[in-house]
Amino acid sequence: MNEALQIDWGGLAPLIIVFAAAFGGLLVEAAVPKAVRLYVQVGLAVAALAAAFVTVTVLLLGDKQTTAFSIEGTAIGSVVLDGPGLFLQATIAILAIVAVLLLAERRTTRGGDFVAEAAVVADSAADIQQRRSDGATEIFPLTLFAVGGMMMFVTAGDLLTMFVALEMLSLPLYLLCGLAKRRRLISQEAALKYFLLGAFASAFYVYGMAMLYGFAGTVDLAGINQAGISSGQPRLFLYIGVAMLAVALLFKAGAVPFHMWTPDVYTGAPTPVTALMAACVKVAAFGGLLRVFNVGLASSAWDWHLILTVIAVATMLGGAIFAVTQRNIKRLLAYSSIANAGYLLVGVIALGEAVGQTMFYLAAYGFTVIAAFAVVSLVRDGDEEATHLSRWAGLGKNSPGTAVVVTILMLALAGLPFTSGFAAKFSLFAAALQADELGLVIVGVVSSAILAFPYLRVVVLLWLNEPAPDAPTVNLPSPMAGTVVAAGVVATLFLGLFPGYLLDIVDQASIFLNT
Amino acid sequence: MSPEYYLILAAMLFCIGAVGVLVRRNSIVVFMCVELMLNAGNLTLVTFARTTGTIDGQVMAFFVMAVAAAEVVIGLAIIMAIYRSRRSASVDDANLLKA
Repeated sequence: MNEALQIDWGGLAPLIIVFAAAFGGLLVEAAVPKAVRLYVQVGLAVAALAAAFVTVTVLLLGDKQTTAFSIEGTAIGSVVLDGPGLFLQATIAILAIVAVLLLAERRTTRGGDFVAEAAVVADSAADIQQRRSDGATEIFPLTLFAVGGMMMFVTAGDLLTMFVALEMLSLPLYLLCGLAKRRRLISQEAALKYFLLGAFASAFYVYGMAMLYGFAGTVDLAGINQAGISSGQPRLFLYIGVAMLAVALLFKAGAVPFHMWTPDVYTGAPTPVTALMAACVKVAAFGGLLRVFNVGLASSAWDWHLILTVIAVATMLGGAIFAVTQRNIKRLLAYSSIANAGYLLVGVIALGEAVGQTMFYLAAYGFTVIAAFAVVSLVRDGDEEATHLSRWAGLGKNSPGTAVVVTILMLALAGLPFTSGFAAKFSLFAAALQADELGLVIVGVVSSAILAFPYLRVVVLLWLNEPAPDAPTVNLPSPMAGTVVAAGVVATLFLGLFPGYLLDIVDQASIFLNT
Repeated sequence: MSPEYYLILAAMLFCIGAVGVLVRRNSIVVFMCVELMLNAGNLTLVTFARTTGTIDGQVMAFFVMAVAAAEVVIGLAIIMAIYRSRRSASVDDANLLKA
């Protein structure tokens, strides 16, 4: 190894812990007897993520602004440990703990939501037989690899590291999407769609990266920013590069017109995986977008501002209007996640002014949406989830506790006061106003008003309608899923009533290195 | 030879791949078109390594190849699983989610 290369092992510790635990999980699959494998895997995953969270928090409190690698004092920007990167790493780690608990739920449906042997042909005799056995535990190492990729993605300071991290978070997710135990054909179809479109998007990423490399002579984000002012190469390279890169990143974030996969994949994937995607992948995708546009492309803001504004408007309005027409709770949540991607894009467009508020929004939305998907997995018709909205009518009469939880979550997603949804939207739009984005804020407020309608309709359905005679049952969750719902509701209310604590933290953590 | 030729060739390969993804119906062929696009990216990277006089581009092409190989493994596993239960690899036959 080169003597002059200095590595900040402490700063890399969170990533190392998560990846080491993922490899450890693979060994557990081979070495530990089947009866106790679930407990070992869940314990390992939660312990690793908790350790990563604590390490990141220590780094964050140490107010670190550095890079993980340097040669003789000169920083190399492949892994950047700055405020936004570390805060988003912490957010991803804690949301992932919650998601892992949901993945481990085995009581609401016997053996869990995951197939025991994915290689068995769907709907064959052997497949019907294996529905009674416990789900595979390989999902936990896969989840850890994906989470490690996300944590790398938000701290990646050059396009190549970002590309490797992007693939590392995507590839395990493609597989996880296809591992549902019930409705396996639909689940595999969701995996195929997500995979083909995801691979298509990463091809765009590679081509965009190549173009920016040709323009700047480097893929370091700070170097690209510098080249935006001083490069002698044709500006066409920059335009093509930015466009291609934006396509790939907006695809992961689920913005219109690159959103087509979202409703299908959210519906087809096993619900715990959908929760992981809706919360953690969203945080990672917007972490990457924030960094690329704030650090790498701030100097060329004039070139991309208009087109990104058009996309944000289309995303906000498109997501909200399609959400109104949905009759399936998972598709409703999918379209609402598209609309939320639009609000977050406003934060990206506002650049430095709104970084902290965007991060607050991501954390608040993540907790609410995980809890919402956890509740979806509790309401069941026999073995299947009762996802059609009409089946939820009158839930308040039969199971008032669940209905109260759903009501709180729906009000938060609709953005009503005293919930985290309101605090997040209010602070984000206020920051966008500071950045002179009045038009976008107006569209955002209109879109929020449209989006509130389908959520309030669910609340009305729960409390004011009579239950059907064959109403779905609400399965009692094990402590695992119970913790998920409780954590989501507590975070939703806490961030709604006392947003100040977290807003102070994100304010201090909102400065990117090298801007 | 002038590097523009290579850039134009790469751009053509990228467009052929992108059109292929959009119009072809067999998921294996769609996937091959994605690989074509990735290779167009590689060719561009190597060409720019030449014009900018740095070797970063060549190193990045190796990274892209390695990642593409991992992607093939995952992709073929998913396509195989679907083919075995449906006896078809067409993306049009996978339509249960359209409802």
